[in-house]
Amino acid sequence: MRPFPLSAYLIVAIFGFIIATTVTGALIAILSRRIIRSVAGLALCSLGLAGLYYFLNSPFLALMEILIYVGAVCVTIIFGVMLSETDEPEPQDKLGRERWWAAVAALVSVAIFWGLAHTSLYGAWPVTGAPETDGSVQTIGVSLLTTYSLPFELISLVLMVAILGALTLARGGRDKS
Amino acid sequence: MNLSHLPDQPAIYFLLAAFLLAVGVFGLIRRRTFIGMLISGELIFAAAGLNFMTVNRFMAPDPAVGQVVVLFIMGLAAAEVAITLSIIIAVYRNYRSIHSKELSELKG
Repeated sequence: MRPFPLSAYLIVAIFGFIIATTVTGALIAILSRRIIRSVAGLALCSLGLAGLYYFLNSPFLALMEILIYVGAVCVTIIFGVMLSETDEPEPQDKLGRERWWAAVAALVSVAIFWGLAHTSLYGAWPVTGAPETDGSVQTIGVSLLTTYSLPFELISLVLMVAILGALTLARGGRDKS
Repeated sequence: MNLSHLPDQPAIYFLLAAFLLAVGVFGLIRRRTFIGMLISGELIFAAAGLNFMTVNRFMAPDPAVGQVVVLFIMGLAAAEVAITLSIIIAVYRNYRSIHSKELSELKG
């Protein structure tokens, strides 16, 4: 069977588009002054990450990323935005502490990026042979219920405690008295 | 260098995860509202998940392990978001503001 013409270039183009989506989403998420736009940037970044998970041989995680991040986390943050007034305040002193603080933040993040990039480009990463399992959804399910059954149960406990704690915290101060 | 092997290079994914982590730390320092800081924290979680999946894809003998770990990370991130938003709402009800500078009762 002949492959689709130019399919290799098409795959590279899609890969580049996904990377651009992730980077753009992350930049929108931290740089925009309106909070609702940065939530939209987080959703865009999650869509890009889902594509990256797809390229990393895990369509299941791509689906979960869209379902949990875009479908649940972003919608919950939007509820939080609607319940409180959230826009970034205008910087009062343009040349004062704000600029200094931004410079410190940029310096820290550039240092982190430089160190990690150096490690990932020149580090001695081991090369392994053929994978032992196929990493399919069935394998994930079996290992969740055998090898990782204790963390699985603990995650469910954490989620339940988080739900109860969220209800208790958000309910405080709403009494009639 | 053949371009068609580009999606099979682990360095690209590592660089992207490092970029997400750096952007998240930048936002965490720079943002002045709690929801902005929460979004930056989510970016850091995403960086961790991407890193796990990259190592899982290219270097781990069992490809199911990384996917399970990333599922756990997503669950913890969802729990974190729920707790943080309820704290934000409680703080907003008490202070009428969620800007991190205004939440102080003592002067100084």
